[in-house]
Amino acid sequence: MVQALGHTTIGIVRDLGRVGWFLLYSLYMIVRRPGSLVHVLKQIRFIGTKSLFVIVLTAAFTGMVLGLQGYYTLTKFGSEGMLGTAVALSLIRELGPVLAALMVTGRAGSAITAEIGIMRITEQIDALETMALDPFKYLVTPKFIAAMISLPLLCAIFDVIGIYGGWLVGVKLLGVNPGAYFYEMEKSVVWRDVYSGFVKSFSFGLIIAWIGCYKGYYAGHGAEGVSKATTESVVLTSVIILVWDYFLTSVLL
Amino acid sequence: MISLRNVHKSFGSQKVLDGLDLDIPDGKITAIIGPSGEGKSVLLKHLIGLLEPDSGSVEVDGESILNLRRSELNRIREKFGMLFQNVALFDSMTVFENVAFPLEEKTSLSKEEIRSKVISALEDVGLKNIENKFPDELSGGMKKRVGLARAVVLNPKIILFDEPTTGLDPIIKRAIHQLIKDTHAKFGFTAVIVSHEIPEIFDVAQNVAMLFRGKILQHGTSEDIINSSDPAIRQFISGSLDGPIQMV
Repeated sequence: MVQALGHTTIGIVRDLGRVGWFLLYSLYMIVRRPGSLVHVLKQIRFIGTKSLFVIVLTAAFTGMVLGLQGYYTLTKFGSEGMLGTAVALSLIRELGPVLAALMVTGRAGSAITAEIGIMRITEQIDALETMALDPFKYLVTPKFIAAMISLPLLCAIFDVIGIYGGWLVGVKLLGVNPGAYFYEMEKSVVWRDVYSGFVKSFSFGLIIAWIGCYKGYYAGHGAEGVSKATTESVVLTSVIILVWDYFLTSVLL
Repeated sequence: MISLRNVHKSFGSQKVLDGLDLDIPDGKITAIIGPSGEGKSVLLKHLIGLLEPDSGSVEVDGESILNLRRSELNRIREKFGMLFQNVALFDSMTVFENVAFPLEEKTSLSKEEIRSKVISALEDVGLKNIENKFPDELSGGMKKRVGLARAVVLNPKIILFDEPTTGLDPIIKRAIHQLIKDTHAKFGFTAVIVSHEIPEIFDVAQNVAMLFRGKILQHGTSEDIINSSDPAIRQFISGSLDGPIQMV
């Protein structure tokens, strides 16, 4: 019993050390050897550009739902003119960064883990090592850089589309004054709100690349190992994003 | 020379290498034979630092490769080329890109020079006009040849072959063995081949070491092993079911 507990504890500490080392070494490699621009651009295309459709779709419906819910709540206080502010602040401060990050986790984070995991089990990572090449330079750092660039941009697109989704429902369907929608928004949203969303999405990009690459790099054996790593990657990334979001919000509020 | 001394390696409770000693001479083809699951690939991965022993020493040209910084280990790894059991070609790259990759990353050759070296390396292994194909469009034998071309393209001092002919038909098998002999004669590298191919491997290798129960049972010339009186070696060569090697 004591032996089993000790064994589990050592296992947890070892895994925490390994995941921490993975992050530090990745950041060190970004500074020392960031990899070629072509690799980074390819990853921006994969993580960023190819996520555009799902981001636009999610953003539009999130904004529309916010428009509906916001209108329903605000009419109770006779303040439906504040709808633009409610939609914009919810999106820019919170929903934009978090939902964009969760969408990218599902689409690109899982693919990052699967790609690196398959390279691990088919010995392609070992092949890089035997060529005296650092796999981090080719497989990990370009994904880190690309995710940290793509997420804030995707988040900005999410915010804009979401705001127009809210406008479509609030102004076009429910008859809120269009001038009030944008005027109140402009008056209430300050630089600090935008900055807070930017910091969040930047750090979420880092988390997606970190956990996605880590889980793939240490994937277990065979197809089952990669499938398990991919599932764990999506779940763990999503949980860390939500927990980290709480801490960041409490600091940036 | 590659030297292993008293190498121990376990995975969990499973002991794979148990006080193994082995010297691999320069410029010769050394084959490591032995029953499946005895740790031949594990041994091969120790030679290039992909695995580290639990205890013991591994030296390449008199230099220990254990507990090194990555840059120091990479300096030693530059002496090596490796053909993996499953070839490990980069599946998102074409054949040309796979063979060109080490040249692009490790040399300052121009694009034209790289192109001509890649074409020549592919021709050396009997492949033409497949540069733009992806690995999953190739047969097993062709993949092995591309892997061999990638392993020799930087002209390394030592090449490790992990079961280079497993899963191939007898004709391709013979062609790959001949290819290894020819490229060895041409470049003079030190070769270490993990193989099950009995008796063909005795024709390819100059030295043969038999791995059994985590140790080298006997190491000598092909003739020494063929004429060995050790019951395990005799059983392995004859493929008999009776003897010290038990099917689990």
